[in-house]
Amino acid sequence: MYAVETKDLTKVFGSLVAVDKVSFTLEEGEIFGFLGPNGAGKTTTINMLTTLQKPTSGIAKVAGFDVVKESDKVRRSLGLVPQDLTVDEDLTGWENMMLQSKLYHVPSDVAKERAVVVLELVDLLDAVDRKVDTYSGGMRKRLELAEGLIHYPKVLFLDEPTLGLDVQTRSVMWQYIKRLREEQKMTIFLTTHYMDEADKLCDRIAIIDHGKIVTTGTPYQLKDDLGGDLIDLKLTDGAPDLTKILSSIPLIGDVKRNGASYRIRVRKGEEAVPDILEVIINMKLEVKSVSLEKPTLDQVYLNHTGRSLRDDQTHNQSEDAFRRRIQMRRSRA
Amino acid sequence: MIGEVVALTVREVKKWGRSKFILFIMLIQPTVWLGLFGKSFNLRGIASIPPDVIEQLPPALRTSLASAFNDYLSGLFGGTVDYFTYMAAGMLSVIVLFTAMFSGMSVVWDRRLGFLTKMLVAPISRGSIVIAKMSSSVLRGMFQAILVFGIAFLFGLQVGNAFNILDLLGIFASLFLLSMGLSSIFISLSMRVTNWETQMALANLLNLPLMFASNALFPIKQMPDWLQNVARFNPITYATDATRTFMLHSNSNPFDTSVIIFDFQVLILFALVSTLIGVFAASKGLRQ
Repeated sequence: MYAVETKDLTKVFGSLVAVDKVSFTLEEGEIFGFLGPNGAGKTTTINMLTTLQKPTSGIAKVAGFDVVKESDKVRRSLGLVPQDLTVDEDLTGWENMMLQSKLYHVPSDVAKERAVVVLELVDLLDAVDRKVDTYSGGMRKRLELAEGLIHYPKVLFLDEPTLGLDVQTRSVMWQYIKRLREEQKMTIFLTTHYMDEADKLCDRIAIIDHGKIVTTGTPYQLKDDLGGDLIDLKLTDGAPDLTKILSSIPLIGDVKRNGASYRIRVRKGEEAVPDILEVIINMKLEVKSVSLEKPTLDQVYLNHTGRSLRDDQTHNQSEDAFRRRIQMRRSRA
Repeated sequence: MIGEVVALTVREVKKWGRSKFILFIMLIQPTVWLGLFGKSFNLRGIASIPPDVIEQLPPALRTSLASAFNDYLSGLFGGTVDYFTYMAAGMLSVIVLFTAMFSGMSVVWDRRLGFLTKMLVAPISRGSIVIAKMSSSVLRGMFQAILVFGIAFLFGLQVGNAFNILDLLGIFASLFLLSMGLSSIFISLSMRVTNWETQMALANLLNLPLMFASNALFPIKQMPDWLQNVARFNPITYATDATRTFMLHSNSNPFDTSVIIFDFQVLILFALVSTLIGVFAASKGLRQ
């Protein structure tokens, strides 16, 4: 049984196809990253998987239950940390946690124990008795995360969970989520704009654009598909031309020479470097410097969506600021 | 099921209980209505005969005229000759209507602030969300009604001389049912509404006819026939009738039990049907 399974999942809003025949599967205990530009269909997909929206067509199952026919069982199995804040500002942090635990039918003694653990983790234990409207944006987000964890869901959906968190909190958060996954066999489905985060955390990644999945794979595979790593090799001046000899080494692709410097395209660079050095040392030549550059997920993203993530990120930040302003205005009115 | 309803109801009660502003408005609103509306609409004063005219009448005619006039008013006002007392009884229903209006608003508010998403994703029945919204609205309505009752006493409400604790319970039972039904209706209307201006406009559209096409502020007998028929379909008419009957009955003017029973039959039916509609609408149509 897959933790999450979709087949030709489609959502149409009027004439806009927000999600277009998306199929993927998540193994139990897997961390699956959903990446894509704004408006690519990430949140709509999450909304369908969490029963908030009904698919136009196609099938989606969470923990083996159909999201339309067995929505109640699906809801029991999942946790959602949505992009927009859902904590109640008029209640204290603690009251929010307890309310959440009751909505998920967690017995209150268990809930109290867990709440302390989770709140300590997100560093909110000192602020639990304060009303949430005195919290900063980052604190609210952390409370939101803590709430999503209180019932130890089988599948946890995180929609941009670490947006607006500082680096330290982010890494602590992820450590905890990874530990939870190991202890509870929790499956995690996340969308994020932080490529480094996706790279380090996700077992597998899907890139979605215009409602369609353009590529799926492990971060390693995806980067490897770009054509491999880049080695910069510098020899002492006056060394002979090694282009031919280097090209003959296994795994090595294209070699470009510029005087005593070489740029070498290579698959699995970390394995090729010792071979290269061995050849050079055998020829009694001296290596001045060598560096290995791995492709980043940013490049993968750019390659598949035609957009740099940085563009999207700045766009996203201003959108985020805008949304926050709206929310503030709403809560003041 | 019960756990989640209680948890969500407690949340609502905490929310308004904590807002000093809401509590202030809750106190001020009925005071303004009772003080301004109740005291300025002196219907008895408008209809009275000037004293200098009365002076010139023979004493026998004067007494019979006075008693005929009082009988007429008393018949119109259901046992009292004082418009303020008449209107204060109706005001209890009206204040329940006002608080019920907010139950729909709070659904729209939760939708805008994201809390509704949390409830919709949770493994709770959609019906629980409606029941919790309704219960908190009923609690608030009862609290407001108690305030109105107290303030009306300060302004000079005169209850009938047979008024006792059972009458008080009867009054609040009828208001409870009215509140249940009206809250459910306003909640049902808010299933898909995403901006509170729309909900506000809807609420206002309903408020005015519900308030005036009833016996809450003015006797039905004085209305044109068509309006009387409209008022007969208005649940506020029945809650007000029950409230007024309990409040005004005196030793010389005992109440007709069959009328009270009919009022309650209508109110129970209204409360149950509205609640069922609300629960059904939520299970089918409540959206983020």
